[in-house]
Amino acid sequence: MQLELTEEQLDTLIGDVQSLYGYDFGDYARASLHRRIARLMTVDRFVSFAELRYKINSDKDYLARFIDMVSVNVTEMFRDPAFYRALRSQVFPVLATYPLIRIWHAGCASGEEVYSMAIMLKESKLLDRSIIYATDINPTALGVARAGIYPLSQMQKYSENYMAAGGSEEFSGYYTAQYDMAKIDGALSKRIVYSTHNLATDSSFNEFQLIICRNVLIYFNQVLQDRVFRLFDDSLEGLGFIGLGSKESLRFSTVAESYHQINAKEKIWRKGRK
Amino acid sequence: MAQGEKIETRQRIVLIGGSAGSLAVLLVVLPLLPRDLAAPVILVTHRHSGSDVLLESLLSARASLPVRDIEEKEMPQPGVIYIAPADYHLLFEPDGSFALDSSEKVNYSRPSIDVTFESAARAYGARAIGILLSGANADGAQGLYDMQQHGGTTIVQDPATAEVDYMPRCALQLFSPAHIARPADMAQLISSEVSKMQAPN
Ligand SMILES: C[S@@+](CC[C@H](N)C(=O)[O-])C[C@H]1O[C@@H](n2cnc3c(N)ncnc32)[C@H](O)[C@@H]1O
Repeated sequence: MQLELTEEQLDTLIGDVQSLYGYDFGDYARASLHRRIARLMTVDRFVSFAELRYKINSDKDYLARFIDMVSVNVTEMFRDPAFYRALRSQVFPVLATYPLIRIWHAGCASGEEVYSMAIMLKESKLLDRSIIYATDINPTALGVARAGIYPLSQMQKYSENYMAAGGSEEFSGYYTAQYDMAKIDGALSKRIVYSTHNLATDSSFNEFQLIICRNVLIYFNQVLQDRVFRLFDDSLEGLGFIGLGSKESLRFSTVAESYHQINAKEKIWRKGRK
Repeated sequence: MAQGEKIETRQRIVLIGGSAGSLAVLLVVLPLLPRDLAAPVILVTHRHSGSDVLLESLLSARASLPVRDIEEKEMPQPGVIYIAPADYHLLFEPDGSFALDSSEKVNYSRPSIDVTFESAARAYGARAIGILLSGANADGAQGLYDMQQHGGTTIVQDPATAEVDYMPRCALQLFSPAHIARPADMAQLISSEVSKMQAPN
């Protein structure tokens, strides 16, 4: 069993990270944040809370590790294939009417989701006039995303997801195998721009027709979720789309009134009334 | 415990974890639960993603209580059965509401029973009843023990009645639960344990 971490200690740590480095975890959902920090203490073998606190306060190079361990970066290509099918059939025909398509993946983790999007855009002959902004709070994950190199052992599953998402090409054509790794085709990266962006503190930086933010909001409390929905609202064009994770909803947010869900099952909303 | 003062006013909660061979038990226990059960019942079972709908419709058809989807941040309601969704860990916020988390698998499982039980131990303490059923995996034993250490009531399925007895045996090797029960007696046991706990004010 791991060391007990009290709510007060958690508050203390959040305060330290905020005042020293400007990262604000104060409005993250507590239960998950608690687990992450307890896990960090086990994995990095801190024998007490005081020792972790000392590390945070005295070693600024440890911050990247802290961010990497605290954020949940689990992701996959074509995660929830039905979501991608709905994008292809209901959202792409609208995107196709724009001369320049701007898409934002907020909380893109190590990039699997972004390459999935690029593949679908390419197959719909839209990639060349698209620009995809892919952002995350975690620079380590963004490094992996930029490199586009993933374990070869994952490709079987991704290939199945791809086909379930309605893909009809040979999935293995999108990467080259090198030993036990798979390198994603460089042509897919040409229209992708990676950058750090913190949804808790940073502001809007462009206007998009489609914003994808999946499995990020579950880690935020209601206050931060509302901030993010307002940020997305400010960053979305008049008839733009927002795609969320399978357990997330825009329904209870303060912007709910100005959106309608376009698919009963998949979590895709469009700006404007029905 | 930090949230000690809140615990008294906190509602009660029942958590059931199981894996291989647990569906048959659920189909015995859930139909027998009283309609006025004063606690929500949360099910955490191992299964494949995409099979949510199947399990849900099967249980809705047979259970005496309504079966509902879990909405993140929602407060669990007494007299309702909730099924932890596939591919997420189910946690509880300090105020007792549901939280979902798609982090790494634990014990090769997501949802993991350990993760949910440990979180319930922290959030609900002595207001929680945990039940571990048949299964071929060690998941749940440690979590149930945590619940016991936080004052919760623990029940393990009698291994002699389990289709796969590995999971209940793992728990029994780790600690002595408050009860070892046969499926036929579980509904009665759950409702009497719930009524023993004082109603929230
Ligand atoms: C579970 S991953 C989701 C990855 C992908 N969108 C998917 O659904 O598979 C959550 C991501 O959110 C990022 N994240 C957490 N807090 C953030 C914040 N404040 N701003 C931006 N990204 C954040 C994490 O670093 C992590 O990469």
